[in-house]
Amino acid sequence: MIKEAFNGLRTAWKGLALTLKHFGAASESKKVKGINEANYFGQQAGIATVQYPHQKLPVPEVGRYQLDVVIDDCIVCDLCAKICPVDCIDIESIKATDVIGKTSDGSVKRLYAPKFDIDMAKCMYCGLCTTVCPTECIIMTAEYDKSVTHISDLNYKFASMTDAEAAQKRLELEQQLAERQAAKAAALKKMEEDK
Amino acid sequence: MNFYLIYFLVAIAIFGFIATFSLVSVYAERKISAFIQDRLGPMEVGKYGWLQTAADILKLIQKEYIVPALADKVLFTIAPVIIFVAVYLGFVALPWAPSLVPASMNIGVFYVFAIISVEAVGILMAGWGSNNKYSLLGAVRSVAQMVSYEIPIGFVIISAVMISQSLDLQVINYNQGILATQEIKFLGFLNVNHIGGVLAWNVFKAPHLLVAYVIYFIASLAECNRAPFDLPEAESELIGGFHTEYTGLRFAFIFLAEYAMMFLVAMLGVTLFLGGWNTPLPNIGSLHLADYTTGTFWGIFWVMAKCLLVVAAQMWIRWTLPRLRVDQLMTLCWKVLTPLAFACLVVSGLWRLILLSA
Repeated sequence: MIKEAFNGLRTAWKGLALTLKHFGAASESKKVKGINEANYFGQQAGIATVQYPHQKLPVPEVGRYQLDVVIDDCIVCDLCAKICPVDCIDIESIKATDVIGKTSDGSVKRLYAPKFDIDMAKCMYCGLCTTVCPTECIIMTAEYDKSVTHISDLNYKFASMTDAEAAQKRLELEQQLAERQAAKAAALKKMEEDK
Repeated sequence: MNFYLIYFLVAIAIFGFIATFSLVSVYAERKISAFIQDRLGPMEVGKYGWLQTAADILKLIQKEYIVPALADKVLFTIAPVIIFVAVYLGFVALPWAPSLVPASMNIGVFYVFAIISVEAVGILMAGWGSNNKYSLLGAVRSVAQMVSYEIPIGFVIISAVMISQSLDLQVINYNQGILATQEIKFLGFLNVNHIGGVLAWNVFKAPHLLVAYVIYFIASLAECNRAPFDLPEAESELIGGFHTEYTGLRFAFIFLAEYAMMFLVAMLGVTLFLGGWNTPLPNIGSLHLADYTTGTFWGIFWVMAKCLLVVAAQMWIRWTLPRLRVDQLMTLCWKVLTPLAFACLVVSGLWRLILLSA
């Protein structure tokens, strides 16, 4: 019985010494370090807490966090919407009457995008859309701290056109189509007359 | 008339002390547990979170009282009062300094020991009154545990009392320092009446009381239902045990009683074994350290310092050792602590008869 009591005290002391060691080491905090820094595992002792809103862990540049679209560089090719495994990208396009301009890498823009929605609530963060994008206008940003109060706020809208502008462009396209149709009909008529 | 005024003032002072101590020690406990687990603990409310417990108590005061529909309303309502008052009354007999004791009574040890046993009744009322299986299980465990551990605790207290030859806590205090009225001998042979300090404490007057103090400390952890003997509360298995159904200020009082109990058992142990308000510094030659550090202010200082150290040790143990199983709890009490406590009692008797009467 004496031996048992002594053994109990000895093992209890072992545990107590361990916690005391940690208590003593608590005067120091671990430095906030990114995973790719050298000596990441160097500091073992000390407080491990990262005081989140005040301190942030550095994130890798190529991490997959939030999707972002530079709409001026978009040629509205719809490739991202087609490859998306969960169909979270919704794009509408209107053909332009003429070349609109060029993107920053020199691709020619011929389509307007009245609607370019990405539903981040559906997104599975695979990053396929960023790899297929020919102009690299759809990218993953390093911002990971994104919380919203309503789920509809997670449906990001990137299109820069107003409804009125879109309606006008549609009208222009219809007019152009009508003109072309008329021209085509006229040409056909002329051909028949020539015969 | 003034007589009653002083009574009220003393009562208010003790309550104020308990409330302040609880707030501070809850904060301390959260910080200690955090540091032990490599965390920071509360950091947001005030600098380093020092206002956290004040914010917590404000929240508790505002909360609604909820009485479960099938609860025994009378038992449920008065249980927190009984739990708190039992501990609160225990403080009455504990001396703070050479001339400072709320109520001087010649059976102080017996009184404190008896009054804190009443807490078990309050806990059983809370558990039974809640009409909830978890509460009842917690209360039954608590009562079994408290009643069992009162036996080793009682025997070690008696062995300390046999050395001191008094049940008056103030007399026990006096006889562990330079103000002693009886002859005190370090380890039973060296007269240290004029040296005092740590040499005159009960644990060094009769070294077997060191073992007795360890038994007292372990059993006192069980008495205040703290880890590793926190089966009555056992968050992971019984939700909150006997206080599961309590809300608001009622819960606050149960919580207050728990922390007050920690300090009470620490103070009783310090008084009986570790010299109470006596200074640990002895007179060395012409350097009369013990004389310098004895007095009302020093008395309060030493007793607080010793008690807070013991409370810190209680917290340290809580965040280190895992909870015991029910059968292990009873094995420890009946098969280890009780026989050892008996042995201490026998040694105390022999010590008294052979060494001190010779």
